[in-house]
Amino acid sequence: MWPNEFDYARAGSVDEALSLIGDEGKFLAGGHSLLPVMKLRLAAPEQLVDIGGIDSLRGISANGGLTIGATTTHAEIAASADVQAMCAGLASACGQVGDQAVRNFGTIGGNIAHADPASDPPTVLVACGATINIQGADGSRSVSAQDFFVDLFETDLEDGELITGLSLPNCSDCQCAYVKFPHPASRYAIVGVAVCLKMDGGTCAQADVAVGGATVKAVKCAGAEAALAGSTLDDAAISAAAEAVKADIGDWLAGDIAYPESYRQQMAGVFLRRAIAAATG
Amino acid sequence: MQVSMTVNGVAHEVDVDPRTLLVHFLREALDLTGTKIGCDTSQCGACTVHLDGKVLKSCTLLAVQADGCEVTTIEGLAEGGEHHPMQTAFWENHGLQCGYCTPGMIMASAAFVRDNPGASENEIRHYLEGNICRCTGYHNIVKAVKQVADSAAGA
Repeated sequence: MWPNEFDYARAGSVDEALSLIGDEGKFLAGGHSLLPVMKLRLAAPEQLVDIGGIDSLRGISANGGLTIGATTTHAEIAASADVQAMCAGLASACGQVGDQAVRNFGTIGGNIAHADPASDPPTVLVACGATINIQGADGSRSVSAQDFFVDLFETDLEDGELITGLSLPNCSDCQCAYVKFPHPASRYAIVGVAVCLKMDGGTCAQADVAVGGATVKAVKCAGAEAALAGSTLDDAAISAAAEAVKADIGDWLAGDIAYPESYRQQMAGVFLRRAIAAATG
Repeated sequence: MQVSMTVNGVAHEVDVDPRTLLVHFLREALDLTGTKIGCDTSQCGACTVHLDGKVLKSCTLLAVQADGCEVTTIEGLAEGGEHHPMQTAFWENHGLQCGYCTPGMIMASAAFVRDNPGASENEIRHYLEGNICRCTGYHNIVKAVKQVADSAAGA
């Protein structure tokens, strides 16, 4: 399948990319989200500005927290010792995207710009309080992952703006995990749950929980967090959280004929239990 | 647009329409039809090649994105007239039925064993989730990959 015709330009720097992009243009990095939708003619940008060769957009630095460049691939994030140490859930989620060939070229910036509800990394980014760094013609801004994901395939990104990277707090002292129920054929998340638990002795001082896959976007789950925080993660607290998470995602549920909303909502509770077990096990 | 690419050790400079996918470039501009188009949606792995040594589904990259890169296809895997060990193992274990997925399976497996000598059967099966055999002939494919993995580890 051939995509529609487009003008192609290669940018050597962020400034050049921002100056090249037109009204009907899209930025191209790995292309592993954009090209499939262009081939299906779900998108037909008139211009692609290739940012894949901009060195400053690529790489991972650990300096108090994590900074990850937009064109860093899923494979690079999954294999990074810094990410494994400072946000184990993100390393795990990036290692569960697609397959090895897809992870080798698909980038984190492209992933979040695409905002597929069944993608894995956004759920962790929302749970772990990531910040998305954005640059436009008028300057740069940052937005929390929670506010960045607006709705189904919809983000806070304005036309002509470029995701330059993302920042994550250091959660090396947290118990952090991402667990998903993969679709048996596509491996996309039917339900994906990310948890980040800050333990103080045997007590959970702070809990961050997000759910994706079952929802039109990754959703932060305040009810489940409240049920876990202050507890010893005993059976009663986990059962309460597994119940609360269903209400947390109630307004955002997505489903299909094979896995309807009610089923995914139920499974969110099941997979929250598994995510807590994975994080603390 | 002018694209320079080294494919199977041979340098090419070709003028392409920017919307040309790498798999079309390989098959139609360079006549390297060993690389197959299967699902054309990045799922089946029939179009798997190596780009700068990394496994890639060539239906999901524009040829212009591969400008300046080195590409290896199934035609370039054998060296000095000798089959690559993965090709030999597929032959010896009858790791194919209709053969359509075979070039992609071999390209993916060759890179996997290069990076993971001594891989277990479970790891091989997990890794090959991005390559689909619709004859469902996975048993002998896995057997072939395991043979090379064992021998690469000196087992």
